[in-house]
Amino acid sequence: MTTDNTVRTSPGPTLAGPPPPGSDVFLRINDLRIQFKTDDGIVKAVDGLSFGLGRGKTLGIVGESGSGKSVTSLGILGLHRGRGRNADVTGEIWLDGEELISTPQERVRQLRGQKMAMIFQDPLTSMHPYYSIGTQIVEAYRVHNAVSKKVARRRAIEMLGRVGIPRPERRVDDYPHEFSGGMRQRAMIAMALVCNPELLIADEPTTALDVTVQAQILDLIRDLQGEFGSAVIIITHDLGVVAELADDILVMYGGKCVEYGPADELFWRPEHPYTWGLLSSMPRVDRDVRDRLVPIKGSPPSLINLPRGCAFHPRCPYSERDGIPCRSVVPELAGEQQHLVACHLPAAQRRRIFSDDIAPAL
Amino acid sequence: MTVKRRAIAAGAAVLAMALLAACGGNKATTTTNSNTGAGFNAAVGKVVNPSTKKGGTLQMWSSQDADSWDPAIGYYAFVWDLNQLYTRTLVTYPAQPGTAGLKLAPDLASAMPDITDGGKTYTFHLRSGIKFDDGTAITSKDIKYGIERIFAQDVLPGGPIYLMGQLDEGQNYPGPYKDKDPAGLKSIETPDDSTIIFHLKAPYADFPYLLAMPGAGPVPQARDTGAKYALKPASSGPYMFQSYEPGKSTVWVRNPNWDPSTDPIRKALPDKINLTITSNADDLDSRLIAGTADIDVGQTGVQSAAQIKVLQNPSLKANTDAPPNGFIRYAAFATTVAPFDNIDCRKAVMYAADHTALQTARGGPIGGGPIAPNMLPPNILGSDTKYDPYNIVQGKPQLDKAKEELQKCGKPNGFSTTIAVRNNKDKEIKSAEALQQSLAAVGIKANIYQYDGKLLSTVIGAPDNVKKNGYGIMIAGWGADWPSGTGYLQPLIDQTFILKNGNYNLPEIKDPQIQSLFQQTALETDPTKAAALYNQMNHIVMEGAYYLPFTYDAALNYRNPRLTNVFVNQAWGMIDFQALGVSDGK
Amino acid sequence: MFRYIIRRLIAGVITLLVVTLVTFGIFFMVPKLTGTDPALLYTGKQTDKVAIEGARKKMGLDKPVIEQYGLFVKGLVVGRDYDDGPDKTHCPAPCFGYSFKNQFNVWQRMLSDLPVTASLAVGAAVIWLILGVGAGIISALRKGRAIDRAVMTGALAGVSLPIYFTGLLSASIFVYTLNWLPSPGYSPFLQNPLTWAQGLILPWITLAFLFAATYARLTRATMLETLSEDYIRTARAKGLRERTVIGKHALRSTLTPITTVFGLDLGALLGGAVLTETVFNLNGLGKDAVLAISTSDLPVILGVTMFAAFFIVLANLIVDVLYGVIDPRVRLA
Repeated sequence: MTTDNTVRTSPGPTLAGPPPPGSDVFLRINDLRIQFKTDDGIVKAVDGLSFGLGRGKTLGIVGESGSGKSVTSLGILGLHRGRGRNADVTGEIWLDGEELISTPQERVRQLRGQKMAMIFQDPLTSMHPYYSIGTQIVEAYRVHNAVSKKVARRRAIEMLGRVGIPRPERRVDDYPHEFSGGMRQRAMIAMALVCNPELLIADEPTTALDVTVQAQILDLIRDLQGEFGSAVIIITHDLGVVAELADDILVMYGGKCVEYGPADELFWRPEHPYTWGLLSSMPRVDRDVRDRLVPIKGSPPSLINLPRGCAFHPRCPYSERDGIPCRSVVPELAGEQQHLVACHLPAAQRRRIFSDDIAPAL
Repeated sequence: MTVKRRAIAAGAAVLAMALLAACGGNKATTTTNSNTGAGFNAAVGKVVNPSTKKGGTLQMWSSQDADSWDPAIGYYAFVWDLNQLYTRTLVTYPAQPGTAGLKLAPDLASAMPDITDGGKTYTFHLRSGIKFDDGTAITSKDIKYGIERIFAQDVLPGGPIYLMGQLDEGQNYPGPYKDKDPAGLKSIETPDDSTIIFHLKAPYADFPYLLAMPGAGPVPQARDTGAKYALKPASSGPYMFQSYEPGKSTVWVRNPNWDPSTDPIRKALPDKINLTITSNADDLDSRLIAGTADIDVGQTGVQSAAQIKVLQNPSLKANTDAPPNGFIRYAAFATTVAPFDNIDCRKAVMYAADHTALQTARGGPIGGGPIAPNMLPPNILGSDTKYDPYNIVQGKPQLDKAKEELQKCGKPNGFSTTIAVRNNKDKEIKSAEALQQSLAAVGIKANIYQYDGKLLSTVIGAPDNVKKNGYGIMIAGWGADWPSGTGYLQPLIDQTFILKNGNYNLPEIKDPQIQSLFQQTALETDPTKAAALYNQMNHIVMEGAYYLPFTYDAALNYRNPRLTNVFVNQAWGMIDFQALGVSDGK
Repeated sequence: MFRYIIRRLIAGVITLLVVTLVTFGIFFMVPKLTGTDPALLYTGKQTDKVAIEGARKKMGLDKPVIEQYGLFVKGLVVGRDYDDGPDKTHCPAPCFGYSFKNQFNVWQRMLSDLPVTASLAVGAAVIWLILGVGAGIISALRKGRAIDRAVMTGALAGVSLPIYFTGLLSASIFVYTLNWLPSPGYSPFLQNPLTWAQGLILPWITLAFLFAATYARLTRATMLETLSEDYIRTARAKGLRERTVIGKHALRSTLTPITTVFGLDLGALLGGAVLTETVFNLNGLGKDAVLAISTSDLPVILGVTMFAAFFIVLANLIVDVLYGVIDPRVRLA
């Protein structure tokens, strides 16, 4: 194994156990399954997901809503555990040599916010409307650091300054509704980073924002990552967001990983028809306005009743080609080197379809 | 709405009591009522726990406040009874059980009046040493002033105005507040401080009864606050007002200026008398049974929950009385509505009626009262409860006799008629239904017409309306303002009392014999002789089959066994409150 | 803020005047429609014309309705004189007049009865807030478990059982059978706080039981809704202890709608807790109202109506101002 390989550990389900000692892998997910019992049946939100993430690296998890990406992130934080949350979580989550699923909840709580932190999609609903920005940051800091309110407040102001809030010493007492959308997300980031987390999960950090602000926030995350050296997971439905930011990209569909690989590789040579769909539906600055966006036909599958075989087959224009058993056999995640794809189409045919049919239209 | 709520409340209370009984409760009862009760109806006709022991506080309760403590305004029976505590009158009813209580005796007056001028002039002489609670002497002018106040109906409305009818004599006296003439009401003369002379226009033998009403009591002009007098009336009796909070409570304390030697009637045993008003009648019953309340001055009977409890427990029942309260319940036949213009058709109904069913509709023998054989209740002089011309008291309908009467009136197969009844009196509606049912047995088909009870005076009280709508049978009740045959019977049977509205002579009896008897009674100042005349009238009314009597009203009331001198004064039809004392001195 | 309150107060005064106008209207319309005469209620057994006319005159009902209303408003603003017969009484502003039935000064009576109603309302409010909100939170956190079902069953009983039943039953058991408590009643707090509390404990519990049930249901529903909010997830993601998440973040949001309902409930109760006061014989504003309505005592009806309306208007204002304090998003202007 090369050094490079250990960083981008293969997400195949066969691997289990902690990353070897001395490896650079900070987070390692093995065969993560998260299921919810509902009145309608069992929701298999995450179904056998595995991946790894090195220190200081960025992973983008991409998929439509309902693909299980947010559930994964909450699962890592241990937020599906606890009374009244009828989730069934199995598999392994190794964070810096500690397996979290079998760890007592109290320990996971201590890690939350300190070692791993999260930025949510909609900063307006994700911040408590009745508490000032400062109060909420101070609270996040003091729960993990035994300092006075005064010290914590200074830290909060400092953090607000770091994320680019002008005159933070005044804005610290403002309430979330008094901030603009972008400012709120900056504050949210400040709150997430206040304890210097080594893992930062950003769940659709820019979805609720204006296009101009989106770029600023992404820049900010990148800058801060460089500064704090955190590992970052960016969850998005927009490939464009992670294209520049992520080292690796993981595409999720129906609770499973359908394509995984280095960002460049995935962006320029995607092999899964679903990833092609995501690329086609992505607005691009360098593209002519008259070119139409091509949405993926159909809608995401029900996680209670996944289609048999390849979960994507009902929407896939290439399914059942040449007698490929898309409707009956679940495709394995496999591939050469770091680029893994779960698709029945032969690799050569996939590349041909992309280069002949898909890429010219992009 | 209220009726329904009350029903719910009663239901809840019954359930609550039942639950308690199931818990094996009654602890409070057995501990506090260690002394055995005097027996059911022990206070009727005799005195329970006679005593002269003074002291203690009498705890009176009521679920209804006085209509007014102003003697000129108060009209409730219990308020008149309580007026004895602070209002003395020229004459009043003696504190005696049985019919002895019905015979007026001098109170502020030193003797019964001298009646002269052919029954038109009444002269009273006052006792000496009588004083108001502030120590000023009570003079004949105070009594005159008290009576004059009744005339100020624009300031003090609400009380009985019989005295206005007897004394105005065309003067159109506007009452003391608007009158400019220093002589005031001309029909009353006060030649000196201890003499008062009333001049009537025509003889009226019942006049003393009018003077026994609280409104004829003395009021010191200097302390008259008009409309506000009700909040703190002056006292001429053994107790005076310490406080009065309308709707909440009244406290009377001893009047230091009342001299027992001037008062042959009142005993004045307790040092203090509290009257507490409660909005929860069931709670009041609980307090009575627990011994924390002495008596319900409303005397309208315990609620159904407590009635069940009391009647099932002999030791509790021994503390109860159910005396007739002077009210009679009856059906009146409209002689203007066919076929009740025919006496035999009226008699047919008399015989067909199921009197036990009617009594049950009224609440049974204890809650409702005894079956009435005739129209004079036992608290009216001249009453004879043995007189039962239609053989009613035995309780069963007499169908053969009824059919016989139907034959006689030419309706052998019965007829149709209408029973008019107030819609807000549950017991009356039930009575109408019971009557309807028993009449059906002889082919008399009666429809029940329910009307808004508040409109009584214009529905059945208007003869034209009765005739027009053919209300053959009308359910009603009646109680007298004073216990003489005139006070009681005149509105019911006197032809001259037939009014266009507010009529009570519902059958529209026009009998010359009755009219001549009333002329005699107006002159008959001897109550015993008058009684015989009323007895005669009662016979005429019953023989004429104008009224079908149901029951003499009674209510089951509880008395705390610690009370002394408990007896029913027939004049009030209830316990004589001024006589009460408490045995334990608390 | 200050200007806002002033504006609201002026609107409140107008509301109160409208309330009196409507009350006046109803009082005079109903007898016209049903053919009854309020004067008849004050003449006892008499149906004599002299007595009825006298009663009408004494109560001022002989004047045109408009004039009567004008006099009423005049009394409120500058006071008015009443003819008692031998002399005149000046009734100083705010003058609601004198009871038709019992001659008492309505305004003074309201003031003297307010402590009774206030003691009942505030005491019960404290109990139902603690019980109701507490039970609601526990129920929400243990959704679907036995305790949740027990609380919700209790709440259903609380809202369905009439005060007549719970009141009489509790009095029968605790006062007359077990002798644990003295008979319910009111005695002033300043006289003896202990007897004050002893006399009111049953009414408090009975009244609180009714409201606690509503509050438990409301709290549970709001709590469940709040727990699914994004900011609760954020609070957990920050690593806050569950106790802090529930007790601070979730509770604050849950209590906001409850504050509104609570303010209005308390305001309405201060106008008189009719059933509880009647069952336990507490001489508060509610009992005054019942008595006044059953005796067509117009000045008292107007007094209690206006008092009740006043408290509701005031409670509304306080709730709105408080809302601005609780929820920083609300700015009063």
